[in-house]
Amino acid sequence: MNIHEYQAKELLRAYGVPVPPGEVVYSNRAAARVAEELGGSRWVVKAQIHAGGRGKAGGVKLANTPQKVAELADQMIGRRLATAQTDQEGQLVQRVLVERASKIEREFYLSLIVDRVSQRIVVIASAEGGVDVEEVAASNPDAMHKEYVDPGVGLLDFQCRKIATAIGLASRAASFTRLMKRIYRLFRDKDCLLLEINPFIVSEDGDLLALDGKMSFDDNALFRQGEIVELRDFDEEDPKEVEAFGHGLNYIALDGSVGCIVNGAGLAMATMDAIVLHGGRPANFLDVGGGASAEKVANAFRIVLKDPNVKAILVNIFAGINRCDWIAQGVVQATRDQRIEVPIVVRLAGTNVEEGRKILDESGLDLIQAEDLDDAAVKAVASLDGAVAGGVLQ
Amino acid sequence: MSVYVDKDSPVVIQGFTGQHATFHAEEAMKFGTKVVGGVTPGKGGSTHLGLPVFNSVEEAVRETGATVSGIFVPPQLATDSLLEAAEAGVEIAVIIADGVPVQDMVRTKRYLAGRSTTIIGPNSPGIITPGECKVGIMPSHIYSKGRIGVVSRSGTLNYEAVSQMTARGLGQSTCVGIGGDPVNGTDFKTVLEEFQRDSETDVVVMIGEIGGQQEVEAARWAAQHMTKPLVCFIAGVSAPRGRRMGHAGAVIAGDSDTATAKLDAIEEMGHHTVRNPADIGEAVLRALKETG
Repeated sequence: MNIHEYQAKELLRAYGVPVPPGEVVYSNRAAARVAEELGGSRWVVKAQIHAGGRGKAGGVKLANTPQKVAELADQMIGRRLATAQTDQEGQLVQRVLVERASKIEREFYLSLIVDRVSQRIVVIASAEGGVDVEEVAASNPDAMHKEYVDPGVGLLDFQCRKIATAIGLASRAASFTRLMKRIYRLFRDKDCLLLEINPFIVSEDGDLLALDGKMSFDDNALFRQGEIVELRDFDEEDPKEVEAFGHGLNYIALDGSVGCIVNGAGLAMATMDAIVLHGGRPANFLDVGGGASAEKVANAFRIVLKDPNVKAILVNIFAGINRCDWIAQGVVQATRDQRIEVPIVVRLAGTNVEEGRKILDESGLDLIQAEDLDDAAVKAVASLDGAVAGGVLQ
Repeated sequence: MSVYVDKDSPVVIQGFTGQHATFHAEEAMKFGTKVVGGVTPGKGGSTHLGLPVFNSVEEAVRETGATVSGIFVPPQLATDSLLEAAEAGVEIAVIIADGVPVQDMVRTKRYLAGRSTTIIGPNSPGIITPGECKVGIMPSHIYSKGRIGVVSRSGTLNYEAVSQMTARGLGQSTCVGIGGDPVNGTDFKTVLEEFQRDSETDVVVMIGEIGGQQEVEAARWAAQHMTKPLVCFIAGVSAPRGRRMGHAGAVIAGDSDTATAKLDAIEEMGHHTVRNPADIGEAVLRALKETG
């Protein structure tokens, strides 16, 4: 789960990490008022969407008067912002963060992640902040300093001093260490997967400040992070994905035309791969999970068919805990109730496969049955051109 | 021999009296698994499925001599159950739960570093040695006894691969599901080491996914140390970047994390790679012919 920059900054502030004074607003009038209240002579207006790359896309702008702040807010709010990390249409901006602009003396890059190789939390820091950090990491990996945290004792002072020295902050090691340990505590307490501050700055006044904040959280830990769950913004997510989540389905929208309904994440990916190998493109990833009831299958069909690009559906079930007869009943029911008109290819295997196939056979519906994974992918792709009828390639 | 579990492995089930645990314990017993008892705190002293229930793993181990634990508790409780099993001296602990917080696993693995408990999972379908022992949730009937070792992250993709093998008369020595989480107990390389040592395994199949470098590292080790052929498939060639594909660990974070990049690297090391998930069975057959 991801949150907005202004929310990340509120969390940082609550943990004693300085961020620029500012407030999130939903209208141009509120933007001007906040600028006046903040005081100063320069402000920054930042579009609040989850995707990165906002600066280059015009989602972060400076203003010298409260009127200009209002103008910029007006330009951003209610418009779609397309960045390198969004689709072409972009993401609707519903709010902007207005902050007093900071005078930057130096910029750094700072992040914490759960590193799967070392299986530890790692702090990554670089003296080259503010820019595309992936480029720095690729062109000059030595510029990225890493400290691995032993979860038995947490981030240690000497590690913070090493980071400070590596990014040229040795003279401020004591205050940096204090902040660094607060950031680490936030990361650990809130079950973060990523916390990125880019840039982390030294201002002309000599203050250490988090000028940006990006946080993502472990979905598996949300059960104990009620405060974080409150921050979820469903408008930033695909509505089909949100609905699927509510039904206990794992759905990810893609841009192809073959809708996929599969059990298990690994098999779901492999099914998508098989479709691509045979010249088609998957419209989605969908894992119905274990113990899929007829109702769950019906919900899966409904969600997949909300995508207007879907021209065929491939159901691929290898039943372990699931039972093929339950799945088959779900397919038959959904096909009838939802009056589905696109071709449906069904491949069943595993527990109760004979019963499942019999239900499909006796349904009298025009379902295309497949023998195995390859057969299913071939038939699904062929059915896009109407080349399959009654389970036989024409 | 076989790896990790065989017909003589005494198995205890944690969360024994729960609905899923009950179902899978019964299935495992029908399959021949030597289940010796279970643990449900507060229900110690009773019997379930004709077996003793204990309040703690320590008690279960002391009374039954169990060396393997199948952990069938919800994800929120999984690492606590794992630590309890390890403290009680369990040699192999299998965590089925999907949804264990990753920082819990980070802390738990640190705590258990240097100890001898082998952790399989979390988010694992389990381990199965056909004809002998099952600690997990796989549909037993698709497996057959033989000489192919299988290690995968995913459950259903493991079933898919195994059914392709069984259909071609290729039985399995042991199948291990290491789980779909980014921080897991046992990695691919460790399981390959086990299969290399196992006198009943001739060919090893590794089924990976997008995300991380575990498959590549395991293949690199195999290129230097394994005498048995390795067949590898990586799911997710068609997966988009930056999205978690169902499994917590299945996310492309960088160029080297993609399925194609991993398969290319593994192929370059001289292993058998499979690009079409429907071809896994055939590829194993080819690898087996090469060994004579």
